[in-house]
Amino acid sequence: MTEVAYLDHAATTPVRPEVRAAMAPFLDEVYGNPSGIHAVARRAKTALEEAREEIAEHLGCAPGEVVLTGGGTEADNLAVRGAARAARSGTGGTGGTVGTVVVSAIEHKAVAEAAARVARAGGTVRTVRVGADGVIDLDHLEAVLDDTVVVVSVMGVNNETGIVQPLVAVAERVRAQAPRAVLHTDAVQAVAWLDPVATTAPADLVAVSAHKFGGPKGVGALVVRDGTGLEPDLVGGGQERGRRSGTVDVAGAVGLAVALRVTAATRPVDVARIGRMRDRLAAGLATVPGVVPTGDRARAVVGSHHVRVEGVEAETLLVALDREGVCAAAGSSCASGASAPSHVLTAMGWSRRAAKEAVRFSLGHASTDADVDRALAVVPRAIERLRGAPVADGARAGVSG
Amino acid sequence: MVAMSGGVDSSVAAALLVEAGHDVTGVTLRLWGGPSDSGCCSVGDVEDARRVAAQLGVPHYVFDEADEFEAHVVEPYAAAHAAGATPNPCVACNRHLKFGRLLDRARTLGVDALATGHHARVRRGDDGVVRLLRAVDAAKDQSYVLVGLTQDRLASVRFPVGDLTKAEVRARAAALGLRTADKPESMDVCFVGRADRVAFVEARVGARPGVIVDDTGRELAAHAGIARFTVGQRRGLGVALGERRYVVDVDAPTGTVTVGPSDALLRDAVGLRDLVFTHTRPPADRVLGVQVRAHGRPAPGVLDGDTVRFVAPVARVAPGQVVALYDGDELVGGGDAV
Repeated sequence: MTEVAYLDHAATTPVRPEVRAAMAPFLDEVYGNPSGIHAVARRAKTALEEAREEIAEHLGCAPGEVVLTGGGTEADNLAVRGAARAARSGTGGTGGTVGTVVVSAIEHKAVAEAAARVARAGGTVRTVRVGADGVIDLDHLEAVLDDTVVVVSVMGVNNETGIVQPLVAVAERVRAQAPRAVLHTDAVQAVAWLDPVATTAPADLVAVSAHKFGGPKGVGALVVRDGTGLEPDLVGGGQERGRRSGTVDVAGAVGLAVALRVTAATRPVDVARIGRMRDRLAAGLATVPGVVPTGDRARAVVGSHHVRVEGVEAETLLVALDREGVCAAAGSSCASGASAPSHVLTAMGWSRRAAKEAVRFSLGHASTDADVDRALAVVPRAIERLRGAPVADGARAGVSG
Repeated sequence: MVAMSGGVDSSVAAALLVEAGHDVTGVTLRLWGGPSDSGCCSVGDVEDARRVAAQLGVPHYVFDEADEFEAHVVEPYAAAHAAGATPNPCVACNRHLKFGRLLDRARTLGVDALATGHHARVRRGDDGVVRLLRAVDAAKDQSYVLVGLTQDRLASVRFPVGDLTKAEVRARAAALGLRTADKPESMDVCFVGRADRVAFVEARVGARPGVIVDDTGRELAAHAGIARFTVGQRRGLGVALGERRYVVDVDAPTGTVTVGPSDALLRDAVGLRDLVFTHTRPPADRVLGVQVRAHGRPAPGVLDGDTVRFVAPVARVAPGQVVALYDGDELVGGGDAV
C-alpha cells in the first residue's frame, strides 16, 4: 500500500511530468514578455501562440477565441460578469439596464458569487432548482427563461457530486426561450473526463482550469466564441484582445496546452482504468451500513465517488482518515479551511445535518490500485470506530444539540 | 489535540506538548463568520494557528462549529441581554464548544486529551479526583471561564501554560520564533468585537425602550433600550444627578431601569441556578471565595443550598452573571446568578 492515498483529485491534481518539462524553459531561458517586439519577446510570443493554438484545438474553438486567465475562478467571473455588463445597451457596459442572470443552484461559488455581484449592480438572479438526483431541473429552467435573460450559467460537471449536467438540453431551452442570453458553462471539472470539444460545444463561454487535469495552478482559460459580447474585468495593457489585461503567463499557457494534450491522449485509457478503481472503491464502501451514495451515481464522472456517512460528521471522519493516510474532502472549503454545509447538497434537498455527513472521494490521473486498497483498508474501519466511540456521559447532558 | 485559537497562549501550549514528546494535533474552531470577523476565530487567526502548527511540525485542522456557536452562545447571549440579564458568552463557549463539542470529537477520534491555552491548572489527586486550580500567574488566571467543567470533562483536559506566567509564555513564544509571540490579547466578546454591544443585541432582538426611575419610583428620564444597562453600571445613564447613581435593577418586561446610590446595590446573598460542582459540593460552613467576573476579586461567602451568603454585603450580582466558587486556589463550582 502507498503511504498516502490521495483521493482528492477534484480539489487538485499533481502536475504531469510532461507538463512540468514543457514549462521549464519558460521559467528559465525563455523569459520574454510576449508583448514586446524584439527577439527575446518573439520567442515567448511564438510559444504563447503555439500554446494558444493547441488549447483552442482541444477546446474546440479558434485560437482567437481563447482568453487566458489566472484560473477557473477568474474565467467564471469574467464570463458571468463580463457578459452581463456587455448586455447593457450603452457603450462600455455602463448604460441601459442590467439584465437577468440565470444560474443553477449547484454552481461553483465562482459563478454563484459572480452572479450575486451582477444582482448588486442592479440585475436580477434567478436560481434553477436541481433534483435529488443532483441534475438541473430542466422544466424549472424553462420556466425562468425569458427575453430579459442575458446570461445563463450551468456547469458541465458538479465539483462536489461529480454529476454531469445535461448541457445540450440546457442549450436547447436557452436558445428557444431566451434569445438574448449568452450560455456559459463552468467546465472546470469536466475536462479530465469528458472531451471538451463535444461536451462544451453548445456553450458560448467555457471556463477551464489547468490544475484539475495535470496542469499548473493559477492558469485557466475562457473560451469566448466569436460574436459573444464580453466586457473585461481586468483592464490595462489590452492583452488577450482587450478581454484580459496583464502580461500573459507564457509558462502557464504552455502548461495548460500540454496538460490538455496529454489528457486528451490518455483520456480513453484513464476513464476505463480509473472507472474500474472508482467502482471497486464504491463497491467496498457499499458494504458499510449507512454509507449512502449521493444523487444519481450513474450520471457521475468516473473519477468521482460521493457519499453520505450516516451518523458520522465528515469533519471528524476526514481527520481520522488523514491520520491514516487517506486524503478525502467534504466538498468545497471556505477560506478558513473549515467545511461549511454544502449549498450543492442542500439544493438537492439534504438537511444541514445530512450535508455535514457528506464525503467526496475523487480519483484522477495519478490514482493507483494501491490508493483504493488503502482507502478500503482504512475507511470502513474508521467509520465503524467513529460510530462506536463512547458517547459522552451525563456530565455533558444538554451540552450538544 | 490542542485547541489553537491563533493566540500566543495556545501556540505555546502546543509547543510545550510537542517538546514533551506528545503526538500533537492542532485544531481551530471556526465559530463565527458574522460581520465582526475578529476575536479568537477569524480567518486571520485560523491562519496564525495553521502557521504555528506547521512550524511545530504538527497537523492542523479547522472544524466549523458556526451552527453550534450560534445556538449555544450567540443566540442565548442576545436573548439574555434582551431579558435584562448579563450573560458570559466565554463560559458558554467553553462549556458547549471547546470542552463540549470539541472534546467529544477528540474522544471520538481516540485522542487521549484535549489541551487549550487557558491559564489554569488541573491536578489529579491520589484520591483520583481531578481538581481545577487557578493559574500560577494570578493576574492572568482564567479558571473563572472554566466554571461548569466536571470530572468527566476535566479527566481529558490539559492546560500546559497554567504553570507559566504570561511573561514566560511570551518569552517561550519569542524563543521559539512563533509568529504569535507579540500578538495582543483579545479583550472583546469575539462576535461583537469592538463594535457596540448594544447595537449588536438590538439588531438581533430589537430595542426595548423604557424609563429610568430612582429607588422611590420617580421617573427621571426615558431611555432607548434596556440593552444599554447592566446592574452595577455607573456611566452612560443619561441622567444628571447631584451624586453618583448606579443601575440597581433592570426590569425587562416593563423596560424599567432603576438607579440608586451605591449602597442601594448592596446585597448579602445571591441565588444561583444551574449550579455545578467540579467534584463535590463544599460543606455549608466552608468560607469560599465568590468571584463574579473574569478578573474580579473574590468576596468571602458560604454556599447554603442554591444561595451564596456573603460574609459582608457586596454590590449586587447582575442576573445571568457567572458566579464562581473557590476554595483557596481551587475552583469548586459555580452557577448563574438569578
